[in-house]
Amino acid sequence: MTPPPSRALLIIVVVLAIGMLVPVGYVIEATARIGIDELATLLLRPRVGELLGNTALILVLGVPITVVLGVGSAWVVERTDLPGRRFFAVLSVAPLAIPAFVSSYGWASVIPSIQGLGGGLLVATLAYYPLVYLPALATLRGLNPSLEESARSLGLKEGAILFRVVIPQLRLAILGGGLIVALHLLAEYGAFAFIRFDTFTTAIVVAYQSTFAGPSAASLGIVLALLSVIVLGVEATARGRARYAYVGSSSARPAQLVTLGKFTPLAILALVAVATLATVVPMASVIRWSLATKPEMLDGLWRALIDTSLLSLGGAIGAIVVALPVAWLATRHPSRLSRVLEGGYSIASSLPAIIVALALVTVTLNVAPGLYQTAATVTAAYVIIFLPRALVTLRAGLAQVPESLEEAARALGTPPLLARMRVTTPLLFPAIAAAGALVALGAANELTATLLLAPTGTRTLATQFWSAASSIDYPGAAPYAISLVLLSVPAVALLFAQTRGKKP
Amino acid sequence: MKLRISGVSKSFDTTPVLTDIGLEVAQGSRTAIVGSSGCGKTTLLRVIAGFIDPDCGEISLGNRVLVAPRRGVPAHRRGIGYVAQDGALFPHLSVAANIGFGLPRTGRTQRIVEVMKLTSLDAALATRYPHQLSGGQQQRVALARALAPRPEVVLLDEPFSALDTGLREQTRAAVITALERSGTTTVLVTHDQEEALSFGDGVAVMMRGSLPQSGSPQSVFGNPGSAEIAALMGSIVLLPAVRVGNEIDSALGRIDVRHDRSNGAESVSAMVRPSQVSLSVDLSHGSASVTGVRHIGPTALVSLRTLGEQPVALLITIPAQQTQSLAVGAVVGLKVGGGAVLYPASAAIQ
Repeated sequence: MTPPPSRALLIIVVVLAIGMLVPVGYVIEATARIGIDELATLLLRPRVGELLGNTALILVLGVPITVVLGVGSAWVVERTDLPGRRFFAVLSVAPLAIPAFVSSYGWASVIPSIQGLGGGLLVATLAYYPLVYLPALATLRGLNPSLEESARSLGLKEGAILFRVVIPQLRLAILGGGLIVALHLLAEYGAFAFIRFDTFTTAIVVAYQSTFAGPSAASLGIVLALLSVIVLGVEATARGRARYAYVGSSSARPAQLVTLGKFTPLAILALVAVATLATVVPMASVIRWSLATKPEMLDGLWRALIDTSLLSLGGAIGAIVVALPVAWLATRHPSRLSRVLEGGYSIASSLPAIIVALALVTVTLNVAPGLYQTAATVTAAYVIIFLPRALVTLRAGLAQVPESLEEAARALGTPPLLARMRVTTPLLFPAIAAAGALVALGAANELTATLLLAPTGTRTLATQFWSAASSIDYPGAAPYAISLVLLSVPAVALLFAQTRGKKP
Repeated sequence: MKLRISGVSKSFDTTPVLTDIGLEVAQGSRTAIVGSSGCGKTTLLRVIAGFIDPDCGEISLGNRVLVAPRRGVPAHRRGIGYVAQDGALFPHLSVAANIGFGLPRTGRTQRIVEVMKLTSLDAALATRYPHQLSGGQQQRVALARALAPRPEVVLLDEPFSALDTGLREQTRAAVITALERSGTTTVLVTHDQEEALSFGDGVAVMMRGSLPQSGSPQSVFGNPGSAEIAALMGSIVLLPAVRVGNEIDSALGRIDVRHDRSNGAESVSAMVRPSQVSLSVDLSHGSASVTGVRHIGPTALVSLRTLGEQPVALLITIPAQQTQSLAVGAVVGLKVGGGAVLYPASAAIQ
């Protein structure tokens, strides 16, 4: 029996949810403002059909490829006797440290002719397959080996066990990872713009640059938002009410490893090939260009580092402040209402960054012109875009601090607020730090919303990289690319550590 | 200090969880509240601790009113210790820091040492962290932490249920010794009737949110207020019976009446414990046919069905050497010692 949450907490969570839902409100308002007839005129054009085709193709082809790469790597690394498994486990997550637009720049400078759907698929699937790999790895790690042993004793062979017992249990990881990949593909701007592969997101940026946040950009944004909702709906339908939990007491026995035997060289070859394409080629290319960097090109680097740090720190603090009340509500007072509110937060964060940016441009210009192109607005965008990272981490952290600990402190004579400070806060601190780091490092790599929202004169690593790279100043872009990769490494290490320690 | 609870009720939404609870626990005594899971016993404990406010009722400790209509002393000012089911040890603090959590700075170290000794905790454990302790040690640290500030009352919520059988006995003995030595008034809740009966001076029976009976362990076990309470406190044999003067006639023959709770009715249900029934060569009183014999080392479990119009099944334990002549189908005589408790008829409880 959980007591109902306090009125103050509910009010805070509802008010923050309304703030988070500004982009959703923008999409609805834009639809109403433009009107169906005008929308039809704007959208029923061959150009929009082409964008829709491209976006659909990159989703339909890209998601399955990342699933195969992600689940395949996770299984080989976690469940076979592959030599050097630990090394390959780290290598398979490394592409996450390279922002997709940096990887795209790396490829474009190696193969200047790379472009279109093929190029987009190559760059995006290699950049995003770790998003499936990580949850698959976590699930494989948590699977109870006695399930497989039971299957074996029922007469199933290795292959049959893999497809009838292991893969079905990975369903949630595959759907969850696939969903994140799909949302990233919808939202990606830099990587696709670089190799001239046109999607709704790239087209919106082009429209914004020529006609600002007018009907043309808004109408494309409406379709993009609709596509995100469709992706969410497909995932929710496929997931259904499925929840897999092992029934019975769980043991910590490690799983028995599958012997690869004569397939060992093939497995190594596959992992090395993927790693080479995903990590070695872009990084080698970045490093090669950096050798041509002239000292005066480094002038803006310090300034960009400071601006980036300040903005992403703001985003991290904002995300923690916004996520903590709803995480508290969801873990301490779970109810239908708390789930609805949490759902509201995650819908807002599922919208592509370009829509968040368009919404904030429109809202600030029309409601609070003083906030247009200010650090506050960029921070708000970071909060909306990266909130799920903070929410997931804080929820997991709070779940580790049961209320009974605070009660124990109160029974020992500690007043409630002091009990929270002496018991809950120190136990929650690691989760708060991890949540902050994940948001800050994500924000440091953010390009799309930052391009639209950053105050004039603000130069972040991502925007500086972008302005150099898109004017084909490859040596000038290289130091920023290296900084972006170095900044991503801690976040990826943190994600990887969370995955390894996790029991689903 | 005497803990006095009267008229306490509590509902969650519209579901009543506690109904008009009244209970007195004498200073320095130990009372066990026993009931099946979901009967409301943990809620009652949390109301006493101050984690939940009751809808109505009063709770006082000596002359101090803890809960009165519309006002309650907050948990941290009640001076009531609480040991949760899982111990609720602070994972970020060492054993010593856990035990010292509720203590003022002056004399803290000395008191920690004292309480560790009181609860038979090895001094070497002081620097360990909760995850480095066994389950039994964790429970003793939780008790030591609760006892350290010298609370007037300590509440224990199923503190032994998470432990294995052997460890449970050992931990229970250590906990009872520590409570005895400190002289703390104690309330324990449990679903285990043996634990309740052996824990201390008083037993209160909880059913569907109310306390239908409380008293000494002997009186609650020997003279249960209803057949349902009798069944909760241990296995029973319930016999349809007819009153004959000061005795009754039943399938087990003529039996003395120990307590009469039937309001003097003619036909009654008579409750005896299987341990009161023994085998006899005399078939004239009560007799039964053997339906099964199972050996358990030095004893044997014999299942029987009484002869007559309304057969009653019963399961009794006898010394193993008495089973030689017992084959399935054999007819044996039965003898009941110690008398029966009478309830109104047809109170069928299984």
